[in-house]
Amino acid sequence: MTALRNIRPTTAGIVLAAAALLGLWPLLPAWAAHTAAVSLGGGLVALGLMILIRFGLVSFGQGLFFAIGGYAAALANQFLGITDMLVLSVAGIAAAGMIAWALGYIVRGHRGIFFAMLNLAFSMILFGILAKTVALGSTDGFSVGVPTLLGVAPGPEAGRLTFVLFGFIVISSALVAWMVDRILASPVGYAGQGVRENELRLRYLGVSARGAVHLAYIMAAKLAALGGVFTVLLIGHVTPEDTAYWTKSGEFVFVAILGGAGNVAAPFIAQTVFELVRTFALQYVPEAWQMLLGITLLLVILFLPGGLWSLVDRLRGRDA
Amino acid sequence: MMALAAIVVDSLVYASWLFIVSIGLTLIFGVMNVLNVAHGSLYALGAYTAAWGVGMYVGGAPDAGFVLLAIMLVAAIVVGVLVGILIERGVLRWVYGRDEIVIVLATYAVFLVLEDVMKLIFGPESYIAFQPRFLFGTVSVAGIPYVGYDLLLVPLVALIGVGIWAAIHRTRPGKLLIAVIHDREIASALGINVARFFTVTFLCGAILGALGGALSAPLISVVPGIGVELIVLAFAVVVIGGLGSVEGAAIGALLVGLGRTAAVFFRPELELFVVFVVMTVVLAVRPEGLFGKPQTRRI
Repeated sequence: MTALRNIRPTTAGIVLAAAALLGLWPLLPAWAAHTAAVSLGGGLVALGLMILIRFGLVSFGQGLFFAIGGYAAALANQFLGITDMLVLSVAGIAAAGMIAWALGYIVRGHRGIFFAMLNLAFSMILFGILAKTVALGSTDGFSVGVPTLLGVAPGPEAGRLTFVLFGFIVISSALVAWMVDRILASPVGYAGQGVRENELRLRYLGVSARGAVHLAYIMAAKLAALGGVFTVLLIGHVTPEDTAYWTKSGEFVFVAILGGAGNVAAPFIAQTVFELVRTFALQYVPEAWQMLLGITLLLVILFLPGGLWSLVDRLRGRDA
Repeated sequence: MMALAAIVVDSLVYASWLFIVSIGLTLIFGVMNVLNVAHGSLYALGAYTAAWGVGMYVGGAPDAGFVLLAIMLVAAIVVGVLVGILIERGVLRWVYGRDEIVIVLATYAVFLVLEDVMKLIFGPESYIAFQPRFLFGTVSVAGIPYVGYDLLLVPLVALIGVGIWAAIHRTRPGKLLIAVIHDREIASALGINVARFFTVTFLCGAILGALGGALSAPLISVVPGIGVELIVLAFAVVVIGGLGSVEGAAIGALLVGLGRTAAVFFRPELELFVVFVVMTVVLAVRPEGLFGKPQTRRI
């Protein structure tokens, strides 16, 4: 219902937000631009989880695809000498898409805790492989060069986050968010509601629940991989612990729940809140950062089951 | 021959350890359908408290004997009861009846909070409580010397496992518990206090989790992050055997123990993820685990 009503405002909102970020670039201090870009990267992963949540599924191993994207880009950069961010992004998405397609045949029949656990197991296997592969730097990981775009290379004095990279991340995130919004409002999106509420009835309607889950799983994987590519390009380094370990997957779940599944903007808002709070918490109360996360998660579960976005819906309901 | 004996003994010791650190998790899930991520915190808290208690006592009495074991046991019970009540009465009872996965997230939130609480209480430094480990000297098996404490884990854990099984299948409260497991509503209609069974089960599971930590304290150095590592391992063990099955947890522990020991002996680089390979295969082929029962589908 809300999705139908929201289509046009959401599209407008995405365009406005992207334009605002691009226009604000000269005014943004370096840390703010970095936070915004990192939030878009993480937000993409949470957006993928949001699609799964619409299907009634939660993956405790989305770090798997985040790592695949990040490592695919880093490897292509390190061993093939590719520096173009567009090519690196496509490489990450393609790698994750293929692996998700294959794994999808296994996970699409699983629901609830088993879906979450199976993905956790997948991601921990990848973590084990990455941490033990000396050629990939084991637990230390390895660095990634400064990316270019269509032959435009940043000057030697420019930092890692150039306007080109920033603009690329903002525009591709906006495009992806728009696409996901349209997909969620399509029959595939509504199949998600069917899977969540009553799978058997969905099948009586002639819709393949497993097929729809498989599709959503691949979409979520590609989003996570793109988020991984962006994050690695921004940070310039990739390690198994910061990508594939289960605590990272837990963070993404936290963000997805915090935002709620109401709108494609929700994961990005939640990720921004997460990054900002982390920046300040690590500076002022580093020993209570996880406690803050835990208490927030509890409060959201108990009092705001629809996440932050339900506040927006509530506000709008009052205005109308 | 010696290698074979070593693998068998190592596997048994490691499997016993796995069983004791994951049995609380499966017990709570079997009765309450709660996959308790905070189990990792209970383990870590048990380990910290036991290591701290042993350290305090040894500081005053250099040749402390079996009192150390009593200290560890008391530490586990105190932690399990206090934290268990806090989690069950303070958090879980508000989310009973919500989606399984929401309950997992709630316990994950508790886990995050407890991670920092532990850092605040015990600080970032490591606690080492090796003394209890040398109470029983060394025992030689097939020519290889083993630490007595490690070997004693095997019968101790077997005793705990049989005790739990007997408590469920051979006592009146156990039979009532089975009724609660099968159908909460009918059980409560028959006059069984389901809420109290939940609280008591959670407390037992919490004590077992803390006991796992306390018994591990002499084996490891207790540092921040041990709960993070343990919980995924415990997940693997209980998922392999079938969530909620005590026999399953034993089989899962044996399988993982054997797999990991074999990996350590033959291909050390596989050690980290052999556990999760087994978990993946079992989940993919038999999601309900080797010992779980397939769930009936409700329309």
